[in-house]
Formats: sequence, C-alpha cells, structure tokens
Amino acid sequence: MGVQVDPECLYTETHEWIRVEGDYGYVGITDYAQEQLSDIVYVEVPEGGDAFAKGEVFCVVESVKAASDCYLPVGGEILEVNGQLEDSPDLVNTDPYGEGWFVKISVDDTDELDDLMDAEAYAEFAEQAEEEGGP
Amino acid sequence: MGYLPHTEDELRAMLRRIGVEHADDLLLASVPRAYAFPEIDLPEPVSEMEIMTELREMSEANTDLQRVPCFLGAGAYHHFVPSVVDHVLGRSEFYTAYTPYQPEMSQGTLQAIFEYQSMICALTGMEVSNASHYDGATAMAEAVIMAISVWRGRRRKVVMSPTIHPEYRETVRTYTQGMDIAIIGDYSLGNDIPALVDMVDGDTACLIVQNPDFLGRILDLSGLAERVHAHKALLVVACDPISLGMLKPPGDYDADIALGEGQPLGNAISYGGPYIGFFTCKKRYVRRMAGRLVGQTVDAEGKRGFVLTLATREQHIRRERATSNICTNQALNALAAAVYLAAMGKSGLAQVARLCYHKAHYAANAIALLDGYDVDLAVPFFREFVVRCPIPVADLNQDLYESYGILGGYDLGQVYPELEDHMLISVTEMNTRQEIDELVEALEGIVR
Amino acid sequence: MTEPIIYELSAPGRRAVSLPVLDVAPSDLPPTMLLRDGLDLPEVSELDLVRHYVHLSQLNHGVDVGFYPLGSCTMKYSPKVNEDASRLSGFAATHPYQPEESVQGNLRLMYELQEFLKSLSGFDGVSLQPAAGAQGELTGVLMMRAYHQSRGDARRNVLLIPDSAHGTNPASTTMAGFEMVELKSDARGNVALDDLAAHLSDRIAGMMLTNPNTLGLFDQNLLQVTRLVHEAGGLMYGDGANFNALMGVVKPAELGFDLMHFNLHKTFSTPHGGGGPGSGPVGATVALDEFLPGPIVVSETTLLDAVTGERLPEDAVDGEQDMGVEGLWYRLWMPRRSIGRVKSFYGHFGVCVKAYTYIRMLGAAGLTDVSRMAVLNANYLQAILKEAYPLPYDRVCMHEFVLEGRVEGAPDVRALDICKRLIDFGIHPPTNYFPLIVPEALMIEPTETESKQTLDHFAETMIRIAQEARENPQLLHDAPVNAPVRRLDEVRAARRLVLRWEG
Repeated sequence: MGVQVDPECLYTETHEWIRVEGDYGYVGITDYAQEQLSDIVYVEVPEGGDAFAKGEVFCVVESVKAASDCYLPVGGEILEVNGQLEDSPDLVNTDPYGEGWFVKISVDDTDELDDLMDAEAYAEFAEQAEEEGGP
Repeated sequence: MGYLPHTEDELRAMLRRIGVEHADDLLLASVPRAYAFPEIDLPEPVSEMEIMTELREMSEANTDLQRVPCFLGAGAYHHFVPSVVDHVLGRSEFYTAYTPYQPEMSQGTLQAIFEYQSMICALTGMEVSNASHYDGATAMAEAVIMAISVWRGRRRKVVMSPTIHPEYRETVRTYTQGMDIAIIGDYSLGNDIPALVDMVDGDTACLIVQNPDFLGRILDLSGLAERVHAHKALLVVACDPISLGMLKPPGDYDADIALGEGQPLGNAISYGGPYIGFFTCKKRYVRRMAGRLVGQTVDAEGKRGFVLTLATREQHIRRERATSNICTNQALNALAAAVYLAAMGKSGLAQVARLCYHKAHYAANAIALLDGYDVDLAVPFFREFVVRCPIPVADLNQDLYESYGILGGYDLGQVYPELEDHMLISVTEMNTRQEIDELVEALEGIVR
Repeated sequence: MTEPIIYELSAPGRRAVSLPVLDVAPSDLPPTMLLRDGLDLPEVSELDLVRHYVHLSQLNHGVDVGFYPLGSCTMKYSPKVNEDASRLSGFAATHPYQPEESVQGNLRLMYELQEFLKSLSGFDGVSLQPAAGAQGELTGVLMMRAYHQSRGDARRNVLLIPDSAHGTNPASTTMAGFEMVELKSDARGNVALDDLAAHLSDRIAGMMLTNPNTLGLFDQNLLQVTRLVHEAGGLMYGDGANFNALMGVVKPAELGFDLMHFNLHKTFSTPHGGGGPGSGPVGATVALDEFLPGPIVVSETTLLDAVTGERLPEDAVDGEQDMGVEGLWYRLWMPRRSIGRVKSFYGHFGVCVKAYTYIRMLGAAGLTDVSRMAVLNANYLQAILKEAYPLPYDRVCMHEFVLEGRVEGAPDVRALDICKRLIDFGIHPPTNYFPLIVPEALMIEPTETESKQTLDHFAETMIRIAQEARENPQLLHDAPVNAPVRRLDEVRAARRLVLRWEG
C-alpha cells in the first residue's frame, strides 16, 4: 500500500507536514493520518495571533471515532487559519496537502526544520507504521 | 431465587458443554482459594409479598407530602406531576433500555432526548442543550470546568455569587479541589451583582449567578453579560425551570451557559434523588460542553433518524483528554421532564408559574401583616420569599410540625450567619388557599 | 415509519393537562422587563401525547423486549417489585430537608443499604451519594488525593491504569488533577507485573483496577498486584462495574482494595433507564472512610417511645423513660474529613430503594447464586462461540468474555457488521470496539437472568451470521434491514450539527 506524500513538504513523526515558503510555512496532516482517522467531522483550529512552540498541540482533528491532537512541526505564530475547514472539514480527507491545509505560520527558527523528515523518509516511516498497525 | 431461570437438567447440560463438574469449579478456577466464599452477613431473604409489606411499613414511618402541607423548597420543590408522566415512564421499552449506542435499536430513547433538548432550549432561550447531568449542582461544576476549558486553562479564577444554592457551591469546590482554581465572591452575602462584576478581570473564566436566587429573589440581569464579556469571561446563570414559565430566560440576556435543577419538571421529589441537571450553552461552545448530545441525521435510505453525536468529546474516546468523565445522563428523568413540558405545553407551564407566583405573594402579604414577622415585599420574588421570624426557625418549625402538622420553610441561618432567625418559605401550585391560611394562622398562634 | 417530532403534532390552543383555577387574589406581576415574551413549547392533547410516546417506545429495544448481552453493563432483568417499592408515596414524596424525625424510614433504608454493601465487599464505610459509577470513580480518586495530602505526601499524583480500562478511569484522573500512566496487560489478560514494577515509585498515588477486568478475566496475580502497590505506598481503587461476578465469591477489601465503587444499576438490578439514572456508591476501608463524600447515614441506639417510635428527649423524666424501648435512631452525618459533597442532597435515593429491595429478596445465598449463574452463563456461551470466532484469551472467564469480531474466510467483515446483523434478529449487539486492546472486540455479558434457551438462540444466531459472512457478506454490510431505521449516517450528524428542532 503506497503512502501518498507531497515532495515539497517536510514531515513529523506524528504525521503533520509543513511546506515552507520563505519565512512562512503551511501546516496540515498527512494522507496517512487522514486515512487512519477516516471521515473528518471537525478541525478545531487556533486563533490568528496565537503562538506555539515546536511540538506543542496547536489543533485538534475530530472524526466520528477519534479526536487527535496535532503538534506544530516548528515553533511559530499563527498568521492565517484555513476558513474553509469550518464548512468543509472533508477537505482534509480529499486533499490533505492542498485545500485541506490547517494553518499558515511564521517560522521562528529555521534550524528546527532540520529535525524533520523529507518526503522519502516519511513515506518509509509511515509504511512501517502501517505494518505495525496504526500510528 | 434471584430471578434465575435454570432448571437442574439445564444446569447439567450446560456444565457438560463447558466441561466442568460443578459451577463452583469455574469460580475456583479464577479466584484465590484462600479467599473464596467468605461469610456474607445479610438478612435472610424474603418473598415479594413480605418485602412489600415491610417496605410499606418503612415508608409509612415517614411523613410524606401527600399527607401534610409543605412550604419547604430550597432547591427541591413539591410540584404537580400529571399522571401521564409516570405512565410513559412505566413503558419498559424506555426504562429497561441502555444508553443508545446502537441507534437503530434505540430511536425511541434518541428521539425522546432530542425532543427534550429542543424543549429545554425553548425554555431557556439558549441555542444548544445536552442530554442532562446528574443534578443542578453537578451541572454547575461542569459549567466551571467548561469555562476553564474554553480558556484552555489560561484563566483560573471563578467569581461565584453568594446567593447560589449552598450545596451547588460546595459541589463546585469538591469537583475543582484538584484543579488549582480560585473561587471567589461567595463568602459574603454583601456581594451583590455590582460587587461581583467588580471582581471580574482578565484572569476570570466565568461569573456565576442564580436567578431566581437562593433567597427567592428575581434579579434584573440585563446588561450583566455585556460587562462580563468586556473582560472576555463567560456568564453562567443557574435558573429555575418553573419560573421560566413566566420570567425572561437567560438566552434573552446573553448568558453563555444556562443550567439548573430540572426536578420540578415531572420528577418525584424522592428524598433528593434521582434528579436532573439541565445544561445549555451558546452554539459556539458546543464542543467544550460535557455530557451526551443527540443529533439528527438520516439513514441509508434517507429517512430521518437520531444518533449520539460529538462523542469524541466524551470519555470513551478521548479518555484522559475528555471534556469530563461523565458516562451517563439522567435519561429517564429527562424523559419525565420532556413529557411534563409537552403535557403542560406553552399555556400550561405559564399557568403553573403564575399559580406559584400569586399564591406565594398571597402568603407573603399575609405573613407580613403578622406581629413579629417581617417580609421585604419590595424585592421581586417568584415562589420563595424570606421571612424574619420572632423566634429561632428550628423551634418554629418544630412547633409547626408537631402542633399543626405543617412542614415549615428552610432555616437560612444554617447557611448565612446574617440570616439567623430567617426562614425561606416556598409556595407552589400544590398549596391551596386553605393551607396558606392555616400556615398564617399557625405562625401567628405560635408566638401569641 | 418515522414518528413525527412532538412539535409536528402541535396545534395552537391544545393542552393535555388541566390545572386548578387561582384561588387567591392575584398580585401585581413583576416589571415587564423581567418577564418573558412567548414560550415555544408543544401544544398537544393527552391522547396525541400518549400515542407519540407509545410509538417512540415501540422503536426501542430493552431488556424487557429481548436479549441484551452488553458487556460491562450487566443488563439483567429489573424486577417489577423494585419499581413499585420506589414509588411508594412514603418514599417518593419526601423532601430532602424534612426534619429527621419525619423521614426515619428513608434514613433506615439508606443505613441498611450502606451496611449491606459493606457486608458484600468487606469495606468499613460506604457513601451512597455518588450518582453514577463515573462519579464514584472521581470520588475515589479525590479520596486518594485527600488521603496522601493528609499524610504530607503531596508528591503522589500519578495513577496507574491498565490499558484495558474503561474510558471513565483516565477521564476521572484528569478531573482530579492527577496524571496517569498506562500499564500493559500480559498475554493472559492480567496486568503485566514487570510493567507494574517498573512504574512503582514514591510518586504513585495508587492504581485503578477493574477486577474482573474488561476482558471478563480475574487477574491471576491480583494479590501480588495489590501487595506491590501497597508496598510502594499507593492505594488500590476498584472499579466495581464487574461486581456481578463476585458477590459471595470474594470480598474486594480482603483482596487488597482500599476503595471501590458499586454500580447499583448494573449489579443490583436497578433499571438502566435508557442511560440513567444510575447510582455509584463508594466503599472504603477504615483508613479512608473518613474522607467519604457526605452526608452519609449513621445510627445510634437510643430510647424510643414505645408507642409512637419517636425519640425520647434527653431530659425525659424517669416515668417517661420507663415507657421507652431501646431502638435505633438514624441521622445524617458528614464524615470527619470528607472530600466534600459530590452533588446536592444525599444520592439517588429512588434508585437505592430498588437496590435495597433486590438485596432483601435475595439475601446472601441468593446473591451468591446470582454471581455463580452469571459466570456459568458466560462460560457456556464462551465454550460454544469460541468455535465460531477467535477467542483471544482462552481461559475460564467470569461473567463476560471478549471475542474478536472476525470471521475466517470473510476478510471484509468486521465487528460492526456482525453487530448490525444481530439487530435484524432482534438481539441487541454486544459491546463492540472495547476493550481497546482487542481489535474488533465483541464483549459479551449474558447475565444470570437469561435462560439456556435464550443463550442457545443467541449462539445459533452468531454462528449463522458467521456463515452468512462467508457465503453472503453483503447481508452484513447492508444490515440492519429489519430495524425501524437502516444504518445511520454518524458522519453527517457530526459535520452538520442539528441538536434541536428547528421547525
């Protein structure tokens, strides 16, 4: 079973991605994560202006069966929140790397990006996790 | 006995199938032998006939409200329960069902709760209601936890009015004793609404008031929400469901959470329980709300149906991150409340409220005329009012009960030292004019 | 057939109930700004009201309708005499603040129930106040906290909880301000002793343990577990949800539990009500009972008037004293160092009356038989069904057991499908997807009140469904087809919240 990844993103071991664009980054959850959760019913996003450290819980994703914390891949401030998720949380299922993005953040310390996995490394990681039966 | 259906033959066949000689082999395969089959000290079993005789006698050792006039309220009220309520509750498809986790087999319970939620919203003027908490006190504790959660733990102060029911305030303190939360405001009866508002600041999660308050007074809370919201704190209002038959509901004055004791709605007074805590909030806080929620949806053929929803907030999914540990609602009590509200209907509940109001005022006016008794008639009240008595309330009540067979009101001196010798009298639609007249005569007679 | 919402049956001006006319002169109403403007409640006749609720009830499955093998819930038969007992007006029409001399019947019942629960469990003190099992758990955790704090041991704020635990356990620990550490279970379904030993320290407040556990298994190392926790300075809290397996068989206090909650609506036959009201009394050993929530009921031997049964005043003169007989007087009392009250008033008194009635009718031998037969029924079903479904823990179970909802030769069929198909046969599905440590779990608890015929029918149906899974799995995926509604869209319910009637 192939795990879908976006080559432009970097990844965490907790299945979040970040796509860095200059001083900013878009953050969401991976295809593997949305599949594990199945139908997403709600994404509890933070407010613009909130700041979080690397690894802090910034958001909660709810499906019918579970509610999962999401951890920020690198420390930063929330610049923008994806307003479409309010009415269409299913975007996270259908387009996790595109329209299903959660937040846009300022990247405070680019060194923190070094700890993250690239697409290839993450694909391997996620496939391994799947074999072991869940994240 | 034990309602066990097994015959000797069946037992033998079952043991054979399992592969053991005696049923006790199964028990001894599991439990430590040294501790097995201890002596249990219980009375000898009795038949159904005998227990009912005994229980009847035990219950008749009590004085019950069907036999004596009751002027006692203070959080539990003697209201009329139409016979239709108990007949609906007696349908065993309702009362022998479990929580509706398999919705296809539980549409009865689910729709009944959905209707309950709808009616409670109509009553309180609020946007969302859950399927209930254990009682008004625990509903208030859950409101505090919810307010803290809305603020994600960053605000840890709660301002609480002193005229909230004392047991509600105690319950909030019990629930929050492990949570590092400061509760202020209720230590002095002198803290009125303006004083409480002054205590609200940037560290306050919520301000809680009760309306009508524990002293029976109707408060004018217009403008309060605005002042509380200026500090971005939540306004929590504990209200009385019968009073909402005539009084402005919390939704109309922008409360964030409205809750209360639903016992007066079709539930027996039953020596304090089981009761029901109704709980409502603004739609935008719904995901922070604890307790069960029934939502409308469709089935595979597009037919309307109901399910428990937003379960991910609850303990069985979120576990240690749950909004609360609550695993039940008071489903049967909620059903009673729903049947009561539907039976009374729009005009009936309004009439019950007015009956209470006018009878209480009739009583208050008459008592105010008595020598030695004082009633503040200037303060608006609903069905309870405070009387300053010429002798200690305990003595007065003893005399009322022993000499006149009347259950007198609540001794406020137990709660507020400033209110020594003050009695809280409750009057409902169940009190006839004659009963009220007799109470007044008795009060007069005792001090003559 | 969809039953209309009660509002859809309304017509303006209808009312079900008649009320008396006001018999006093009306007073002035409060100022208009304090009054409400309209009230949107239904307006129906009594007949329409009754038909509506009768229709709704007919859409429900209950124990009185059919088999209800929900693991962990103990869906036993609720005797009707219990219902009649709780409705006696001498019980049902009493106000919690009435003077004690006017409710001695109530207080005596509560006191005796406290004593019965002590006898069954070995504990020294019981509070009837907690309203449900989950509230009993919170009570227990708060009591542990109070105990350690009273001994200056404020470091102890971690609770050990097995991975098989019910969700209320970790939720309760968080509410009490504790942290939790999850312990693994071993291959036999017991708490893994090495995992336990590795986590013991002076930060451990104690352990919450359900025994028998959610797999229906009595922990084979229980005595060691309780000893280890005690040696580390911790306390043992017992989740008593599964007490139906243990009455007269063992006493939890003797096995090392310091605290435990009971579920009157499970073990003691009070009805589940569609989700409540329950009742979750808490028992504690002598070291902890002063922390119980209150008030509780205590008794004192005193002189009673031989005729009226009333307590004779202390200053009764000699002549009056001769007229007295020694008897028990009951009163409400707050334990010395109580954690405080956990709700208003005293507990679910109406539910306590039902449990009291049940215990009085069965007695010690009867209750022991209940546990014996509950365990027998579960083992009988386990013996038959393990041949049709995988049984992850193949050992003698207690009152319930867990199967995997998988069928060999039908890889697409899951526990959910099996459950939905059971509905088509008029049988309530077992608990599913719990405990979390068994994938596709089906937790089956028949209870002792079910006959061999019912059990055989259930087993045959389960075997038939396994057959269908292999031969015609679509039947399961489409199920239920015989219920009042088909499978309901829970995703839609959560995405598009409709939580009240909107007209």
